[in-house]
Parts: sequence; structure tokens; C-alpha cells
Amino acid sequence: MENLSQLLEMGGYARFVWPSFGLTLAVLVGLLVVSRRALKGAEAELAALQSAIPGRLQPADTADEA
Amino acid sequence: MHRFANPTRFMRLSAALLPWTAGAALALIAAGLYLGLFGSPADYQQGESVRIMYVHVPSAWMAMFCYTFMAGASAVGLIWKHPLADLAAKATAPVGACFTLLALITGSLWGKPMWGTWWEWDARMTSVLVLFFLYLGYIALINAFDDPTRGLKAAAILALVGFANVPIIKFSVDWWNTLHQPASVFKAGGPSIDPSMLAPLLLMGVGFTVYFLWVLMLRLRTEIVAAKVRALRLRQVRSGAPATPSGATPLGAKG
Repeated sequence: MENLSQLLEMGGYARFVWPSFGLTLAVLVGLLVVSRRALKGAEAELAALQSAIPGRLQPADTADEA
Repeated sequence: MHRFANPTRFMRLSAALLPWTAGAALALIAAGLYLGLFGSPADYQQGESVRIMYVHVPSAWMAMFCYTFMAGASAVGLIWKHPLADLAAKATAPVGACFTLLALITGSLWGKPMWGTWWEWDARMTSVLVLFFLYLGYIALINAFDDPTRGLKAAAILALVGFANVPIIKFSVDWWNTLHQPASVFKAGGPSIDPSMLAPLLLMGVGFTVYFLWVLMLRLRTEIVAAKVRALRLRQVRSGAPATPSGATPLGAKG
């Protein structure tokens, strides 16, 4: 337990060291979550549109001309 | 390069690579954090505060790496009009902005106990602040146009002009008498830092780079899917079908 409290104290620099690590992790995790959510949202939108327009999925351009 | 500039091929390749980059990024950052917090000594001058280095320095590296990547992708997009280059630059900007913000704030948190000040208008800090504003300007410019192609083109020019700032950041500590210390890893004659500190630093650096690739692939996939959605909506409008609200299935479409 002594080691743990020593680690937490960071030799008196705890209020500088821990916010640095905490903020870094928070920003990186936050960016990841936002990016993943955006991808899922876009994929859901695309799936909804594609199911709404049957038969216009793949070679739609050639089908239009025919 | 051309092979990977094909959106379909990119979608397939990135789908295969995503789990690996995710796993590698998490493992590398976890190992770097462990060594940085438990497996490395305190500095003889700076004490335990030196551990801030393990998040500050890789963030600053990534701030410049992302900008260089963004400027390179913008150049490829402007010159060769690769379909993915502009989108890759656009997908990079928020990641680079986040790393730059982290470099600034963790630097401030390190500067206060070591230098006695949160901020100093010295060449290194000022040029990194300019980098942050360049990222924000790039993002704002993309969103300032109704036509996405024009926005990407204008922003690409900004990214290229702003690239002049990157060497200024790198060499600011040599050209000017800055409060910030000079380089101790990427310099002539090799790193002047103890291996026990270099190991977690490099692990974090590589981990952040793989994390960047991970998020870049996610964001680039989002851009490609969003472009497909736009194209489908446009086709829907042209064919006279009723426009559907975002994410909704039109009435009767499934019947």
C-alpha cells in the first residue's frame, strides 16, 4: 500500500502528473468514441437509404441508361 | 499508392486492418503507460514530474506528424485528384487538433512546476499554438462551403501554406533561445536520453501513431459512407422520389 500512495503522490507533483495522463486518455478515448459513433450513424443511414431504393444499389448508372 | 486510392479497395483493406490496429494501439499504449509510470526512474532534476514527458512528447510528435500527413494528402489531392486523398486530409484534421491541444495543455502542466509558468510566448509554444489554429482554420474552411469539393480544395491550399509552420516548430528550439528545451530524441548523434526513459517514450510514440491510423481508418470510412449517402440522396431527388429525412425509411418503401 505504501507503494501505491507513493505512486499517487508523484513526489509532490501529483496535481500536474495525473491531470496530464487523465486528460490525454480522456481526449483520446473521446475522439475514438465520437469517430466510431459517426461511422455507425453513417452506415445506418446508408443501409436505410439502400433498403429504400431496391434495385438501385450496384450498377445503378447503367440501369438508368438502359 | 494508386491501388489504395480506390475507395472500394480501401473499404475492404481497412475492414481487415481495423481489429489489428485497435489491438496494437491498445497494447502499445498500455505497455508505454506501464513502463512510464512504474518501470522508469524519476529524473534527477525534475523528479516525478518528468513522467509528463510520456504523454506530452508523443502528443507533440503526433501534432506535427498529423499535420505533415494532412499537408501531404492535400498536395496529392490537389495535384493528382486521388479520390481518397482529400478525404484522408479531412479525416486527419480533428485527430491532429486533439494531439496539438494535448501537447499544449500537458506542456503547460509540466511548465508550471518546472519553469514556474503555465505559459510563455516563446518560439516553440507560440508556433505550436499557431499549429492548433491552423487545424481549426482547416476544419472551419471545409465546413464553410456548401459544395464539399470546393471546401476540400480551399482547405487543402490552407494546409499546404500552413505547412511552413512545421519546420518552424521543429527547429524553433535551435533557431531561437527558447524556454523550451531542445530535442533529445530525434537529433544528430542519436538520442541523449536514458534507455529506461526512451523505451516508454517510444512505445507511447508508436502507440499514438497506430492509434492515429485506427481513428483515421474509422473517419475515412465514415467519409466514404457519407459520400455514398449524398450520392444516393441526389439520385433520389433526380428520379423524383420523395426525399427521405435523415436516417429514416420512406413510407411504403418496404411494402
